[in-house]
Amino acid sequence: MDSLMVYVYQVAFSFSILILISLGLALIFGMMKVINLAQGEFLMLGAYFCVLGSNLGLPLWLAMFAAGLGVGLVGIIVERTVIRFLYGRVLDTLLATWGISLFLMGIVTTIAGPQSQSVPSNMGPVNFGGLNVPGYSLVMIAAALLMLVGTYAIWRFTNLGLLVRGTMQNPEMARALGTNTSMIYMFTFGFGSAITGLAGALLVPLFGASPTMGSFYISKAFITVISGGPWPLIGTVSASGLYGVIDGVVSYELSPVLAEICVLFVAVVMLRLLPQGITGRMRKGI
Amino acid sequence: MVKFLQRLQRPSGERPGAAWWAFIVIAAVILALLPQTLGLAQLLDLSVVLVLALLALSMSFLWGYIGILSFGQTAFFGTGGYVYAVAAMNFDSTTLPFLLGIVLPMLLAAVLGYFMVYGKLSDIYFSVMTLVITLIMNKAMRATSGSQYVVGDVRLNGQNGIPGVPPLQVPWNPEVTLFIDHVYYLAAALLILVYIGLRLLLTTPFGRVMIGIRENEQRIELLGYDARRYKLLAFILSGALAGLSGTMFAIWGNFVAPEMFGLDRAAEVIIWVIVGGKATLIGPIVGVGIIQYLTSWLGMQGVGQVTLVLGVILIVFVLAFKDGLVPTLGNLLLRLVGARPEGHIKKGSDLKKGSDV
Repeated sequence: MDSLMVYVYQVAFSFSILILISLGLALIFGMMKVINLAQGEFLMLGAYFCVLGSNLGLPLWLAMFAAGLGVGLVGIIVERTVIRFLYGRVLDTLLATWGISLFLMGIVTTIAGPQSQSVPSNMGPVNFGGLNVPGYSLVMIAAALLMLVGTYAIWRFTNLGLLVRGTMQNPEMARALGTNTSMIYMFTFGFGSAITGLAGALLVPLFGASPTMGSFYISKAFITVISGGPWPLIGTVSASGLYGVIDGVVSYELSPVLAEICVLFVAVVMLRLLPQGITGRMRKGI
Repeated sequence: MVKFLQRLQRPSGERPGAAWWAFIVIAAVILALLPQTLGLAQLLDLSVVLVLALLALSMSFLWGYIGILSFGQTAFFGTGGYVYAVAAMNFDSTTLPFLLGIVLPMLLAAVLGYFMVYGKLSDIYFSVMTLVITLIMNKAMRATSGSQYVVGDVRLNGQNGIPGVPPLQVPWNPEVTLFIDHVYYLAAALLILVYIGLRLLLTTPFGRVMIGIRENEQRIELLGYDARRYKLLAFILSGALAGLSGTMFAIWGNFVAPEMFGLDRAAEVIIWVIVGGKATLIGPIVGVGIIQYLTSWLGMQGVGQVTLVLGVILIVFVLAFKDGLVPTLGNLLLRLVGARPEGHIKKGSDLKKGSDV
């Protein structure tokens, strides 16, 4: 049974990483059809804010939370100064966010230097169904699930969530009913960025923070979001589930790079069959 | 003059006139005479601009002619370079490797293009998928540092790349290899030929259908053309061009490395094309020159973070000078001579807005 537990652990870990790195991207994409090419740099900023907070003496958990808030703020600034002018010009938003990505990478390298930094989690190995695994990785799995549940709860049960979903489904109608959709867009972009920042901070104890860390994750995040399709929550969960299994098993059996190539291969074939992603044909969703 | 300026900006299906041919001849003469006045180091710098201009053309051709925005032309650029390097180090002659450096990226483009074009991926998915493909190829190449990754006699060397790529031999006389100035002439000749070829392609029925797809894909399909076939063929052609550029890059630097596939290179391609002017053929060539000059100038000024500057340039151009330098300057010139600028005649992007997502 040991090998089964290894697979369960590997898949759960891959799944949680995919959720962490792509949920914020998926929310922003689902809401305003903007693929934020600076997603990787938002992760990187979150990681750096976490390192900074912890260097300032904050406890790690608080530093992570603050990092999320900080990146959310950066997201709102970016939305107000750049993205706002480009709604409806999908390809231009891609290019502009690519510019933001380069800019952030450059500015962080200037300030913090190119070397990698880290904050230890001070958690030992934990027994997981007869398996010794790093305790912190279980925290990450739990955090990914919490993030999903939290986002679902906000969207499903709060007034703000209702406005967000309404704006997503029919912006003209939402405007006609008196919703300030511009504010909703700003909020969603900020919220998606905050989640991404928090995710970046969560990655620090395992993977550290470096200016180019973003490019390590973005290809997987883009594949997940594109395969997920227009409904962010269902799409991200189903695509992460699919790729989590492939990534977890192949990384364990062969190598992480081969796993990524397999994921790409499956994604290319799948997009031939379902060009709008897994949830592309769904008329209702979240 | 007015017509010439307008045509210089936006590729149209009309046959190029005498002014355009005169422009080509003048450009060719200047390129041919430049080595007389430049030192070897400057010639080397200029050669790489010409080589990279081929890569820029491969992207702007797709974007400006048929309306496909591919972020991953570097996938074919890198493949071309690696194929040439590995093949040239395995075989005695370099003629076959040179051709393979074009044909294999073409095949790769055919396979990837089939899945993406025939899957009818929307524009944004297409752009992001092409980017993902080049990023993963970059990662895969970086992972080949072990001694088990050998093709023939050549170790792939992962992150360190393959040094000592053999120079190109003259096909009918393998004893003679191309030196720096010969590589320059070859690159200049290739660039001019490709430029002429792409421009003349527009006057063929195939080119006119491509323009039709750029303007209104739905209407072209209603007229009975299979837009997917044309898109795939255009994608394959651009893959071949990028492969040619990569092969020339390997010959120019005697070196290939995973950076050829990397995010930075992919971003540079976009910036060249955006800065120069995406809908034109001459714009991207100008863009390569400007950006290459700017990056080396910034390097000399001691600005460590060139990416920061490039990022700002990209944002500013997308927000403020959407058409790029050449069209913007061209329109300004047209206004000065009192003619109607091109931008007012056609607003193709507005028509396409609905199909963007």
